[in-house]
Amino acid sequence: MTALRMSGVDKVFNEGSDGEVAALRNIDLSVEPGEFVSLIGPSGCGKSTLLRLVGDLLPPSRGEVTVNGKPPQQARIDRDYGMVFQSATLLEWRKILGNVALPLEIMGVDEAERTRRAREMLELVQLEQFADHYPWQLSGGMQQRVSIARALSFSPAILLMDEPFGALDEMTRERMQMELLRIWAETNTTIMFVTHSIPEAVFLSTRVVIMSPRPGEITEIVDIDLSQPRVFETREDQRFFALLTQVREGLRAVEKP
Amino acid sequence: MSRTLRSTLSFVGILLFLAVLWEGYKWMGQTTGGTWPLTDVNLPIRTNERSMPHLWDILAALFRPARRGGDSILLIVLLEAALFTFRSAFLGFLVGGAIGFSLGVLFIRSHIAERGLMPYVVASQTVPILAIAPILVVWAGRANIPKWIVVGVISAYLAFFPIAINTLRGLRSPEATASELMRSYAASPNQVLWKLQVPAALPYLFPALKVAATASVIGAIVGELPASMPDGMGRAILNFAAAFSAAPEKLFASILVAALIGIVFVGLVAGVERLVLPASRRVQADRIEAGSVLENATA
Amino acid sequence: MRSRLRGWLPAAGLFVVGLVVWEGFVRVFDIKGFILPAPTAIVATFFNETSELISAGVGTFLSALGGLVVGTMAAIVTAFAAARWSFVREGALPFAIAANSTPIIVLAPIANSWFGITSAAGSIFVVAVLVFFPVMINLVRGLMSATPSQIELMNSYAAPRRTQLWKLQFPTAQPYLFSALKIAAALSLIGAIVKEFFGGSQDRLGQYITTKAGLLQFEEAWAAIVLASAFGIVLYAFVAWMERRVIPWHVSIRQT
Repeated sequence: MTALRMSGVDKVFNEGSDGEVAALRNIDLSVEPGEFVSLIGPSGCGKSTLLRLVGDLLPPSRGEVTVNGKPPQQARIDRDYGMVFQSATLLEWRKILGNVALPLEIMGVDEAERTRRAREMLELVQLEQFADHYPWQLSGGMQQRVSIARALSFSPAILLMDEPFGALDEMTRERMQMELLRIWAETNTTIMFVTHSIPEAVFLSTRVVIMSPRPGEITEIVDIDLSQPRVFETREDQRFFALLTQVREGLRAVEKP
Repeated sequence: MSRTLRSTLSFVGILLFLAVLWEGYKWMGQTTGGTWPLTDVNLPIRTNERSMPHLWDILAALFRPARRGGDSILLIVLLEAALFTFRSAFLGFLVGGAIGFSLGVLFIRSHIAERGLMPYVVASQTVPILAIAPILVVWAGRANIPKWIVVGVISAYLAFFPIAINTLRGLRSPEATASELMRSYAASPNQVLWKLQVPAALPYLFPALKVAATASVIGAIVGELPASMPDGMGRAILNFAAAFSAAPEKLFASILVAALIGIVFVGLVAGVERLVLPASRRVQADRIEAGSVLENATA
Repeated sequence: MRSRLRGWLPAAGLFVVGLVVWEGFVRVFDIKGFILPAPTAIVATFFNETSELISAGVGTFLSALGGLVVGTMAAIVTAFAAARWSFVREGALPFAIAANSTPIIVLAPIANSWFGITSAAGSIFVVAVLVFFPVMINLVRGLMSATPSQIELMNSYAAPRRTQLWKLQFPTAQPYLFSALKIAAALSLIGAIVKEFFGGSQDRLGQYITTKAGLLQFEEAWAAIVLASAFGIVLYAFVAWMERRVIPWHVSIRQT
């Protein structure tokens, strides 16, 4: 079963009023289970909006979105998604363990089980020794790892990530990318990943979706045929540079004067 | 030296400074016969025992009988009056707090309720309730409503507004992504309220509760002035003011105790805050103003 | 300007509707004047008792204004001292916060005995103490609100401490000062009236209200309240006008 299918999707904000903005036009996209798909494009191309349509945080204006064969709302109620944002969005009054356990708590999982799951997730992101800390005691990169652990705690089929590493420095960012790939391989999750960074998109993804701005349209989809698993040396591979160039040129083509 | 220790020392230092200022001014006036040194210009405040009793006389008065020949000392009499006033104030604080909090929750839940009721909530504060207190009390007297209820109502009226405003601000304070996160978990409205919005609102709530605590004490005291209630602090102050020429130190002592009601009440709220909020979030709470609150609620 | 007017419309509409409902209520149910006087009756009283009301109102207003000015001056001096010397700040701020949580209005009887029960100085004293603490607390917060990078910028110019206070900290603090002054303006008038509840000249609003309420002459009492509110609005509007003149650059003004 396809993990995600969008066909003929438009999104218009403030439709019919003065401030009408066409954010997305005629989006067709399908994603298979286990894929890692990145959305890349200049600001204002609607890539975050696209992610929010999938996650049922916004309704589409036209067209159809299905997730695991269901409408997005049903998928959300079935807890098919985990979400990660640019800011870690940890609840400051909860300790790290409590933050990771939050979705499980809301889903009514009993306390022993959710503590066990949350600890397991903290091990996955290698932060188990910080379970009893408050968020402010952790660095930005660590907080973001906690938010990934939280998103994975209820084993969602799809992980929606909106520029999750956008606020991190370059070194932390590369470490986090390796970590995300390891988690992706271990958990078999489908990932949709919004980013500004060309190397990040190419290094992480199985496919890169290039979008043009105002209104957002998909102009090109680049298959990333680098071998799996990706390793540190992948970034020095000739093929990696060739794909970077291809994505960069695809982006240059969409920059309307 | 730790910060707390240093600021406690400075605090005590200021108290001592004020005490020295009082006694020094008094000593100067007594020495010069009531004028500025080396001039004939009169001091603004007379320094005799009547206008400015020695601080130790004021403190000693607390431990002498309140009335000649009576058995209870002034401190006990004043504390009883204070307790009486505190009860009305606390009642008003609770009722006002409950109303304020409920309004905040109602407004975050329903946009229509907010648009419809918010103007009334704001307009309510243009009524100078303290200035109207005498009218309310006389009214209630004619309608046979017990006076302590009127006093409680005045307190509640002063207390509810800061709490409503800051509850709403606090419930709104989580960032948009936190709400999206809750939505992605398909959390129920109640779960969003109790797991996200209310905890986020606490640092906003406590400054408002402190303002409301003081305001409710002021409301109670002012409400008692015309209430001809023999038991409260407002009345005690008026009585000692009337007997001022005979025993000025008793008036000063009663004012000290009245000030204590406010400090103790706010101290209680701060104590609850310490229990509820970890230190890192209390810092956040200290930075949050009780908003447009002081504007209407303190006098 | 247009949009500001539109923002005021609902409030003004509400006010008018409120008055009409009140008047109608009193007339339809034939409510006696000593229970709830009709707005028209209050207005009529205002014309009958003009000289008495105006003289009481002006007296109270001048006390409030005097107290506002004295208290604000004292608060500004103290706040600058607190901003300049950390030991003053660390002692004065907690002290001011504690004092601000006391019912300061109970100083009224002391003021009466110090300055004489009918003297305006007593009212000025109480109002001054009343406005002192909120203004001082807000101003200190404002003076301390310059960001570290702004301070580093001043340090990079090797600006002396005093220049920094005048060129950086004071401008940063002005919005805080004005929001405190608005609070103080509203506070001063209510404070002056409540002070007079504790005793004062018969020719003042506080005494006028208590006396008339005691005599069940509610039209007069309400007319006095309306007058007090009018004076309060004048004072508040003056501060708001000053704010627009002095800090036109601030966000709170740009937004409106």
